[in-house]
Amino acid sequence: MDVSSLRDARLRDPTFVPRSQLLSADDVARALRRMAHEVIEHVRDVDQVVVVGLQTGGVDFARRLADGLTEITGRAVRWGSLDVAFYRDDLARNPAPIPATTRIDHDLTNQTVVIVDDVLFTGRTVRAALNALTDWGRPRVVQLAVIVDRGHRELPIRPDYVGKNLPTSLDEAIVATLAGVWIGTKGRA
Amino acid sequence: MNIVLRQGLVVADGSAQVTDVLVVEGKIVEVAPGIEAPHGTRELDVRDCWVGPGLVDLHAHLREPGREEAETVASGARAAALGGYTAIVAMPNTEPALDTVALVSYVLERGARTPLDVCVAGAITQGRRGELLAPMAEMAAVGVRLFTDDGVGVQDPSLMRRALTYARPLGVRLAQHAEDERLADGGSMNEGPLSSRLGLVGRPALAEELMVLRDLELVALTGGSMHFLHLSTARSVALVVAARRAGLAVTCEVAPHHLTLDEGACASFDPQFKVHPPLRTSADVVALRTALVAGDVDAVATDHAPHAPEQKDLPFDEAAAGMLGLEHAASLVFEALGATDASAQRFFEVLSRGPARIAQLRHDDVRIRHTGHGGAVAAGEDANLVVFDPGVTWVVDRHQLASRATNTPYEGRTLRGRVRATIAKGRLVVDDGVLT
Amino acid sequence: MITSIRGQNLLSLDELTRDAIVEVLDTAEAFVEVNRRTIKKVPALRGRVVASIFFEESTRTRLSFETAAKRLSADVLSLAVASSSMKKGESLRDTIGTVDALGIDAVVMRHRSSGAALQVSRYVPHVRVINGGDGLHQHPTQGLLDAFTIRQCLAERRGVVGTETGAELFAGLRVLIVGDIRHSRVARSDIAAYVALGAAVRVAAPATLLPEFVEQWPVEVVTDFDEAIEWADVVALLRLQRERGSGSFVPTLGEFTTTYGLSVGRARRLRPEAIIMHPGPMNRGVEIDSLVADSPAAVIGRQVENGVPVRMAVLYLSIAGADEERAS
Repeated sequence: MDVSSLRDARLRDPTFVPRSQLLSADDVARALRRMAHEVIEHVRDVDQVVVVGLQTGGVDFARRLADGLTEITGRAVRWGSLDVAFYRDDLARNPAPIPATTRIDHDLTNQTVVIVDDVLFTGRTVRAALNALTDWGRPRVVQLAVIVDRGHRELPIRPDYVGKNLPTSLDEAIVATLAGVWIGTKGRA
Repeated sequence: MNIVLRQGLVVADGSAQVTDVLVVEGKIVEVAPGIEAPHGTRELDVRDCWVGPGLVDLHAHLREPGREEAETVASGARAAALGGYTAIVAMPNTEPALDTVALVSYVLERGARTPLDVCVAGAITQGRRGELLAPMAEMAAVGVRLFTDDGVGVQDPSLMRRALTYARPLGVRLAQHAEDERLADGGSMNEGPLSSRLGLVGRPALAEELMVLRDLELVALTGGSMHFLHLSTARSVALVVAARRAGLAVTCEVAPHHLTLDEGACASFDPQFKVHPPLRTSADVVALRTALVAGDVDAVATDHAPHAPEQKDLPFDEAAAGMLGLEHAASLVFEALGATDASAQRFFEVLSRGPARIAQLRHDDVRIRHTGHGGAVAAGEDANLVVFDPGVTWVVDRHQLASRATNTPYEGRTLRGRVRATIAKGRLVVDDGVLT
Repeated sequence: MITSIRGQNLLSLDELTRDAIVEVLDTAEAFVEVNRRTIKKVPALRGRVVASIFFEESTRTRLSFETAAKRLSADVLSLAVASSSMKKGESLRDTIGTVDALGIDAVVMRHRSSGAALQVSRYVPHVRVINGGDGLHQHPTQGLLDAFTIRQCLAERRGVVGTETGAELFAGLRVLIVGDIRHSRVARSDIAAYVALGAAVRVAAPATLLPEFVEQWPVEVVTDFDEAIEWADVVALLRLQRERGSGSFVPTLGEFTTTYGLSVGRARRLRPEAIIMHPGPMNRGVEIDSLVADSPAAVIGRQVENGVPVRMAVLYLSIAGADEERAS
């Protein structure tokens, strides 16, 4: 197991206790490249694409995905970050998070927005993101890219691009970063 | 009613011994061990308790007439009885102020319907406005022995000088609320680092001390006599003590709250802790306790100041100043004296004998309508007695108090020692801590 | 000490730790971004009710708080003082009780009496109380927005993001507060914030406008404004209540201006990078010369602008953070 990248993973969630590494950094990079190709297949005009990473787990992947699109097409693909803290429907059950940065410099009206997140689980974060996006205009299409889909959806939300499907049990936890993907358990803080 | 108190520690003037006290028809008839009481005598086993002269409060605001929603003479007397008092002096800052014989008589008559001796302090100036002298000679003729504008002090030095001169041949004493109101600046707590941080206007210690100084000089000038009410700073007490040693006819009292609470309580902005003069520094509290133990303080007086919630439950600077006192004063003084049997002499000196002298309530004083208080607990004296149990603790619950008001700053505080029985004018008015 | 205002009342900055203050400043950064959007509204407090009760009139603070609440999608119950029953002698307890009966999550209040907000927090323990200014005591959101404005200016100059600096930019920062310190709740809150964040604070005022026992405050007293002016990285002026200048505290307004007003001449002697602040409303020509107030060094407009995101942060942390306890 790659110890330095594991440290990186634990930075994201200090209570995370890893059991095993499922994807290496190379696996993640390959998955992102494949997803970039899939995006290009699906959208007609990359100039109309805005990649939006969800704070905090999706931002690194969004930047990498946008870079990949730029590399393949030779067009500068725009990307931004979005914090959905203010839009969550479970504020009443989770501690109010400190909002991270939202940076969307474009009117999204008539654009193709690709939302990027690290792990798709219940779907509530994505729902919040869909709500939030309406504050920046009316996109023509909104698509969803996730590095890991671990199942257990609570809302009718389906990803358009998936790095890896990983069926999990509810008591397991997944951590996904550019350095790799781990499965483990969430320790009690 | 005949009562015999069995095996209490009887605290006479200068001595104390475990013995029995027999009360027959309003008089103490025998103080001796193993008294054979007549048939039908009420027996009270008061082992481990102190038996002494009934307490005397120089400073009770009974609010009648005018503020009956806060307290009445009747409810104040009930609170006083529970606190071990057999005589109380009603303050004249009622509405209207007690500045005529008619008004004084009104309160005296209300007082006569209670089991205690309720005396009255008359106002020094008409309407307590600090402008014109009130008819002190007429009020003295119906038994008023103390005069005060308490609530505020007499601010005008020329008027105070005249009052001292006028009162001198009447055999009465002026009592001053010593605070220079201009310097106190409408403040609501002690001036110090805390008031500065809390953004509350402070009443400086100097506002009190300056008035004490001024009045000591006026007493020296006029040859009058003065009692200083509720002194709250170390320096105020020291000034009065020095003046008394120099031969001036001055006495002073402190209030239980100034012996047991300091300004730190105001940090909660809880108006229950607002009082004039204000709670002072912890150093002042220590100095006042030291003076109390040393015998430099003539009396502890409650400054019992009931307020209805609509006057008290307000923002700190708008709330009425004052706190309840009658029902917990004895416990607080016991605490301030160190809570041991060794303090029994001082306890009765400052709560009974001293104030009785100042209010001229001793048995041998010429009084109208009142029995003798603050005596030696000896055969032949009027039966005004208190039984204080130093061994119990109790928790203050404002809803359990007899006062009509609930503005105690001691809510929830555990106090040591409690009045178990009060015998006023020969009647057992409090038995086992409850009104009979 | 309070280490985070999540789910807590905000009554005084005296009781907040450095971490608690930095948390508010960091959260406010996110709301600055929200306020730059075309749609300046997020649903974070949707369905929540914030009562705004100003027993003492203040159009500016009230507007700022109500804008903040509305941008968080809270419903705002605004009790207008002029038409309220306080005028008919209703007590503070009864007024709050009446508003509480309508169902509120938080109350923002201003009152002329020191400690009134703390008292209200005892009357309605289930409601979050945000002090919008109490007597001479505290004005915590002003202290927070002033600290936020300083951090924002310094971070911009260094080309860094405020959230990445924590309290670093305050280390050794020299803040000079000038004017009526004695009667200023803003001064009390500002000093608490700056000192907690690590700044060095000096105060300059005519001796009668210094608080009693100022020597026990965590500040250094300067007797000569002219000497201190070259020392300061930040000069914060305070409003002089005109009635204080009518003979009781300083002989005349003119003399105050001569000795403690930030004139053009004094402003010229400031360090080149110095920041000039004023909580408003300004008495132009009294504590600050009009030309100075409108100069680039003055960030007075930015203070007003930052009022909204900082108050959004306070409301968000205090109210949304309260659910943590409720849920567990």
